[in-house]
Amino acid sequence: MEATILRALAFGTPLLWAALGEIVAERSGVVNLGVEGMMILGAFFAFATAQVTGEPLWGLAVACLVGGAAALVHAFVCVTLRGNQYVSGIALGMVGLGIAGLLGRGWEGTPLARPLPEVSWLTLSGILLSVALWVFLRHTRWGIVLRSVGEFPAAADAQGVPVFAVRYLSVVFGGLAAGVAGGFLSLAYRPSWTEGMTAGMGWIAIAIVIFAGWDPLRAVAGSLLFGALFHLSFRLQGYLAPEALKMAPYLGTILALTLATARRGGRWQEMPEALGTPYVRGER
Amino acid sequence: MRRLGPLLVEPTLEPSWTWSLTLSGLSIVGALLTAGFVFRAYGVEPLVAYRTLAEGTLFDARALPEVVRRTIPLLLVGAGLVLAFRAQFWNIGAEGQILLGAAAATWVALFSPLPPPLLIPAMFAAGFLAGALWGLVPALLRLRWTTNEVLTTLMLNYVATYAVEWLVHGPWKGPTMMGFAYTDTFPEAAWLPVIGPTRVHWPTLALGLAFAGFAAFLLGRTTLGFEIRVQGQNPEAARYAGIDAVRTTLAVACLSAGAAGVAGVGEVAGIHHKLLSPYQVSLGYGYAGIVVAWLARGNPLGAIPGALLLGLVFTSGDVAQVALRMPFRVTDVFTGLILLFLIGTTPLLHMRVQWAPQRGQPAPAATPVTPEGE
Repeated sequence: MEATILRALAFGTPLLWAALGEIVAERSGVVNLGVEGMMILGAFFAFATAQVTGEPLWGLAVACLVGGAAALVHAFVCVTLRGNQYVSGIALGMVGLGIAGLLGRGWEGTPLARPLPEVSWLTLSGILLSVALWVFLRHTRWGIVLRSVGEFPAAADAQGVPVFAVRYLSVVFGGLAAGVAGGFLSLAYRPSWTEGMTAGMGWIAIAIVIFAGWDPLRAVAGSLLFGALFHLSFRLQGYLAPEALKMAPYLGTILALTLATARRGGRWQEMPEALGTPYVRGER
Repeated sequence: MRRLGPLLVEPTLEPSWTWSLTLSGLSIVGALLTAGFVFRAYGVEPLVAYRTLAEGTLFDARALPEVVRRTIPLLLVGAGLVLAFRAQFWNIGAEGQILLGAAAATWVALFSPLPPPLLIPAMFAAGFLAGALWGLVPALLRLRWTTNEVLTTLMLNYVATYAVEWLVHGPWKGPTMMGFAYTDTFPEAAWLPVIGPTRVHWPTLALGLAFAGFAAFLLGRTTLGFEIRVQGQNPEAARYAGIDAVRTTLAVACLSAGAAGVAGVGEVAGIHHKLLSPYQVSLGYGYAGIVVAWLARGNPLGAIPGALLLGLVFTSGDVAQVALRMPFRVTDVFTGLILLFLIGTTPLLHMRVQWAPQRGQPAPAATPVTPEGE
């Protein structure tokens, strides 16, 4: 039992970090479907940096920055150029997977010299971060400002809130967190580099955001649930074909998402009203 | 109307096609320039790389059939996705739908008792149906419970990938294949005819062109097409006009997913003649099809040049692999960057830019002088 919980925590940590970042971005009204791309870039740059410097913490820092830089591109395209947020995110995912696959070719298969522990302060700080974000979004002035930008940007703008700056900061925060999530993958969870090692985790993190109703605290529960799902699909090895087990998390995501949406009659009260729509000043 | 140096800029709803072509061209140039940095980081001089790629694709007659054969699946997927995106149904699952089509065709070719002359038509029909069914699931989930189709179609890609992996490792593993994870080779009656010594399986190409034409006709000349367009542009207005969202969504989901299924049939029946690893059946055509649809600017016929361009990118991927020792992934960098630039330049699409130098004349009398402090 204890082992199961520990494994669920290890699987859940990258999901939690990525989901928390996405919650902040989406609360400001910007969907970023490029989580997968930001995570894989984070994973690769974390691994390469840790391998060169010998210090995994440097790797984590670089992963964080790379994720943020990738998110900055998305913010520029969606907030400043007012491009389609969904497609821009998908494009970011492709570019991320492509760049990481290209640059990572020479690093394939080498184990990391000094990995980080699997369940560690990163897991704990993920949980602390979710509490902090919950307090921030609900009970602080700037948290309410951030949410108002996601609900009704024109009203926020009229109140003197810098809508564009808030959205930029939120999207970049999402990238920083996704970078950390990717770094955790290649530094702690599976201390090595393999192409495509994120295996759809970025998309599952986005599903967790919806599943958790854009609530950082419920994201902890969601990440643990999906972490347990990943773990159990490994535990069942020997009873079922390995391919059937590999499918389980993805089928589980579809099922969980559908059940959670159906339970609310298809309407998410918590979904930011302006989610996915670019803000144009002076237009209604 | 705004003046930018010698240019007059005004918003427009109907961009001219020269302007949208210009922006697409600029996006491609932008993607090439940006990818240059990635090339350099990889340790290949970008100019050398581009020259090698151009020599291996554009200036090599032998490369043309390869470009065309890559175009076939991209065209089918892209033209279908134009329909889906016009109705705001974000089908990101073409990759999985291709695999389902390929698997269904394999079943027909290897295990069905059909007489040989019927095999190929039955494979195409089965591929279309299997793809369409795979696309129907997210459409129904969205219609019944508003489950986000971006996530469900994408998750189903992973499910389809592992399903095909299971088939070729398990129940369908070919006894004559000496332990490789392939099915047996199809009987020759199930091989698609090709043009001369090339790998251009023309029946699928003809189907792709016909499908693009059909989709353009459907969208532009039929009631259902009109409903799809209204549904996509303004769902609220569509609801008031009595347009049935169930009908439009199911139609675009089945057509786009079915076309992707047909693309999968072409890959296994025209190229490989067996079912093999999902990563070899589709090299990411499902995702690249999104770029094709975006290049098409909402017109299914626009998917033809779009697919040719992406076919060129995929063929360059082959050249990069052989001549530059780069992984095939380099195509993802290109396609993703093209898409990113296309999205970024979309707001410009709705601007009309005119060349109108002032030549030192005063402003025309009709233009009122803007008072200060406006």
